[in-house]
Amino acid sequence: MSTAPTTAPARESSGSRISPAPTPAVRSSRSRRDNIHGWAFSAPFLVFFLTFLVWPMISGAIMSLTGKSLTGANSGFIGLANYSEAFADTDMWRSLGNTLYFTLISTVPLVVIALALAALVNMGLPAQWLWRLSFFSPFLLASTVVSLFFAWMYNPELGLFNDFLAKLGIPPVAWLNDPSVAMWAVVIATVWWTVGFNFLLYVAALQNIPHQHYEAASLDGAGGWRQFFSISLPQLGPTTAMIVVLQLLASLKVFDQIYQMTGGGPGGATRSIVQYIFEAGFTGYRLGYSAAISYIFFALILLIALAQVFIARKRSV
Amino acid sequence: MATSTLSKPVLQPRGTTDAGLNRRPKTPLSRTLATVVVSVLAVVWLVPFAWATVTALKSETEAASTPISWIPASGFTFDAFAKVLQSGNIPTWTLNSLFTSAAITAITLVISASVAYAISRIDFRGKRTLMVVIVASIIIPPPVLIIPLFQQMQSLNLIDTYCALILPQVIHSPMVFVLKKFFDQVPRELEEAALMDGAGRLRIFMTIVLPLSRPILAAVAIFVFIGAWNNFLWPFIATNESSLLTLPVGLQTIKSAYGIQYAQNMASALLAAMPLIVVFLFFQRQIIRGVATTGLAGT
Repeated sequence: MSTAPTTAPARESSGSRISPAPTPAVRSSRSRRDNIHGWAFSAPFLVFFLTFLVWPMISGAIMSLTGKSLTGANSGFIGLANYSEAFADTDMWRSLGNTLYFTLISTVPLVVIALALAALVNMGLPAQWLWRLSFFSPFLLASTVVSLFFAWMYNPELGLFNDFLAKLGIPPVAWLNDPSVAMWAVVIATVWWTVGFNFLLYVAALQNIPHQHYEAASLDGAGGWRQFFSISLPQLGPTTAMIVVLQLLASLKVFDQIYQMTGGGPGGATRSIVQYIFEAGFTGYRLGYSAAISYIFFALILLIALAQVFIARKRSV
Repeated sequence: MATSTLSKPVLQPRGTTDAGLNRRPKTPLSRTLATVVVSVLAVVWLVPFAWATVTALKSETEAASTPISWIPASGFTFDAFAKVLQSGNIPTWTLNSLFTSAAITAITLVISASVAYAISRIDFRGKRTLMVVIVASIIIPPPVLIIPLFQQMQSLNLIDTYCALILPQVIHSPMVFVLKKFFDQVPRELEEAALMDGAGRLRIFMTIVLPLSRPILAAVAIFVFIGAWNNFLWPFIATNESSLLTLPVGLQTIKSAYGIQYAQNMASALLAAMPLIVVFLFFQRQIIRGVATTGLAGT
């Protein structure tokens, strides 16, 4: 790994030093050495950062302005044509719509169920390790494993789900083949898979609430529900805000389990925007177009992140 | 900021200690009710594992016969596991996953810890900008990068190599932030003394700071390893060659190859799930604490 820093001009640094007030001469050589050391320690990370993050962002932006194809044919600079085509592409809008729909109907249960489970477990239940083990262990599975498990359980004739419905006298459901049900089926699998992660974060946050709060409340005669709504919930505010934002961003990126369970079907009813990017590039061979859609997706993510910052700031004022 | 305990810096946030769980006196009735509800849910949560296991232990004909049953009439058999292990590539894929995930974790730890140390401790020009850029990069979703990254790997002739699998997966900006926050809390006195004695930065970093930071390094390693082990999209794009696939990607090809061999599908899925689940059973406490510590900054 290169150790020579590329930009480290010696200058008086204005930051606070860790050693007590050195003389100006010492200080100057110190700060030169600090500049060199600082960039030398940062260099390995920076090399990867520039090569595999910054450069792809730039080359992707350039690519989105060309008609580049996977076969290597490069029809050169075509301006914003890819973008205007994308904005008129009903499949693109449909995938975006599917993604937002998935994000909405997955984020709500992934936050609410996680909170409810954590609150229940935190009521002083025995065998704490057992609950964490049960609810968190699915998070350790690869998406492909989860998809195999659930596709099998959703099997129309041989699956557990329809077997269970039959016992309740409910007619069978075509879980992954019915356009109006398929997304919900994916959400059920996703909740099972990842809710344990948010659950863990909530359990940790609940345990950080000082118990004096609860003692004071119970002296005042507040019951369990009262305590949950007037102490736990407000105290969990910042955690909830973070979990919601992380969950929104994670859900918007959905690809694996949908691609594996439904392939985006039936009839494109569950195709997410990431799958559309993937298909435009690797089955449609249109890298330029695919890069343009990637950037439209990125713009959406940025918008949501900025909205979150804006809301957080407004709330704190 | 500076804590007095030199030997053991505390993980922040404190995370999941089991102490003091029973601090809130609850009426026995509500606690019993909660235990019942949580137990039922925990059983429901285990059903997919249980059903996959039962299916994998059936013969193919039994697995595909109606009405479905939890106990096969002809008894349990390990045929599906045996077939999958004989004919399939699962052992190779497991080794690939192990190797790439370990490499990703190691590189991530080294480069993230050193940049985090520089930002936390060394006064160098441009460090504020550097930190802002790293934090801002958290917002970039990896799927946005797949097309240009694929192109880049193709032009470097790296598609279908371990390099293509590993190198793009080592940038974890949130982890740099997590580590920096931890280093900020490591007391400076020891370092100052060593600096006065003429020890170099690298030596201080390796012999003082890193050993003091073992808990957070473990937490970051766990988080990165789990993510790398289970990552699907990039390895799916970067490799085609069957001998190079990681477990999650390999499983996807099995699914299309075996078609309707349900018992073998479930046996493969379980074999793929096994390594991390076993590790989890052994290191449950550390893993849970690690995820809770890094989680809010992560993904």
